[in-house]
Amino acid sequence: MEKFYISDFCSLRNNKVFKNGEEIYSDVASDSIKDFAKGLYKSLDLKYPKFHKMDELCKLGFLATEVLISQLENIDQDTALVLSNRASSLDTDRKHQVSIDDRANFYPSPAVFVYTLPNIIMGEISIKNKLKSENAFFVSEQFDPEFIANYSKALLQTGKASNVICGWVDLDNDKYDVFLAFLSKKGRKELTKKELNNLYNQ
Amino acid sequence: MRKVYLVDDSIISPLGFSTQENFQNLRKNNIGIKEVKNNDIWSAPFYGSVVDNDKLHEAWNLISNDKNGNYSKLEKMMILSVSKLISNNPSLDISRCGIVISTTKGNIGQIKEEQNDKAYLASIAKTIQGYFNLDQTPKVLSNACISGGLALAIGKRMIQAQLYDDVIVIGGDLLSEFTLSGFFSFQAVSSAPCKPFCKNRTGISLGEAAASAWLSADKKKINGEAISISGDASANDANHISGPSRTGEGLYISITKALKEANLESQQIDYITAHGTATPFNDEMEAIAFNRAGLQEVPLNSLKGYYGHTLGASALIESIIARHCLLHNVLIASVGFEELGVSQPVNVITKNETKELTRVLKTASGFGGCNVALIIEKLA
Repeated sequence: MEKFYISDFCSLRNNKVFKNGEEIYSDVASDSIKDFAKGLYKSLDLKYPKFHKMDELCKLGFLATEVLISQLENIDQDTALVLSNRASSLDTDRKHQVSIDDRANFYPSPAVFVYTLPNIIMGEISIKNKLKSENAFFVSEQFDPEFIANYSKALLQTGKASNVICGWVDLDNDKYDVFLAFLSKKGRKELTKKELNNLYNQ
Repeated sequence: MRKVYLVDDSIISPLGFSTQENFQNLRKNNIGIKEVKNNDIWSAPFYGSVVDNDKLHEAWNLISNDKNGNYSKLEKMMILSVSKLISNNPSLDISRCGIVISTTKGNIGQIKEEQNDKAYLASIAKTIQGYFNLDQTPKVLSNACISGGLALAIGKRMIQAQLYDDVIVIGGDLLSEFTLSGFFSFQAVSSAPCKPFCKNRTGISLGEAAASAWLSADKKKINGEAISISGDASANDANHISGPSRTGEGLYISITKALKEANLESQQIDYITAHGTATPFNDEMEAIAFNRAGLQEVPLNSLKGYYGHTLGASALIESIIARHCLLHNVLIASVGFEELGVSQPVNVITKNETKELTRVLKTASGFGGCNVALIIEKLA
């Protein structure tokens, strides 16, 4: 059976950004996710105005992807996205709920409502990187390295994807945890449940 | 690569509490969309398709082995559909099955409550695991309006990757204040039952339902003609998060790849069960994609005029109905349709018809630019 590899990985935690195990950005001064995301956006020198319209969950997933693939000259259009989290889009769901709580003062906004689906993160990543690829968003209590590795392998083995960006992008009550891995046919770390779990827990 | 069969299914919806009852109602062109007066959902009457609470309560009491448990309406609907699938199929051993649950918003009404654990989608997986006493926790897929179709594709892939021999796909969503108000904000809710692909359409109708389907690699489990999912693909438009692509790009790619996997040409498709939400942008995008794929003459319907848009259940229910259309060789009229309301030709089914059917294309598209296509095929 063909082998696949974890070519690169990154995480965003506690206002720090790690790529392939090394700290590449830190902003302990920011006391909101919004400010942390804005600082990281500036440091990556992205010049992508759509970023400012995204909700916080999308900003985190979007920035992590930029960090993950920053060294690639180009990214194949068939690079699949297999993301997961615990809180789905509840962070923005709560904002939409506040706008409809009082029917006498009812102000739901399409700009908020569209972010009440977790797969919108993958839409944002796809638009930025022109990925016309397989997307799937799973929700579980904890990161599920076994299933994410198995499903990603199935996409690679059947040729439904040339590479896969997989991982965990969670935001709930101002706590976030983001981990992404780039899976391909090249690399030193073989794609296994154990390896993916080790890198997530680094 | 091994074949994956759609062995059996079960639907809980306003059109009935079994697939048979749903299918009979569709063949009579009975619709589930009605004027709804329910202050919990909205203060004024609106058109939608809701599952009657008393009827659900009655069905639940007949079947439930845990009358004291705390189950939401959605969980009861999902458990009911799986219970019926199990009772109709003695050879189905749920403890050996992979399970994929498809839902967009789950028990979202719970976010208003102080105790809101059930608002977390994974709680539904835990509830179903507990009810059926399973060792493994079901997987939850939440991928907007394509979830039900993508969950079938994922189930198929899990079987083909030899992770399981059997997978149960469960889909469900409720018609909630949360979702209705969001579509209000888009000014997308129809003031009458929706009219997919029709010039006189005025937007979407929402609905609620749950369903389950049993996928298996084992042909011996099939009772009757074999129906397989012979191709599947999903592709993102990479264009806009809430507006469909003007060129139907992701849907076109999905259809092309699904046909390729099934080793078929577009002219071999006998019937298309489309997404057809009855919003101008969606219907137009689909018409463009079908034309690009050379499918403009294939008879097509949308079941949204019967069920409304049931979100995470919709593409699953539409695939299940496609299986029964193949088994009975019938085409069901696209209810609500009067006059073509898209710029490219599509062959909308206006009357029920009896026709020899072998291959169906199921498609769905959703927010986030996602699209899915499935080829559902009758095997000789």
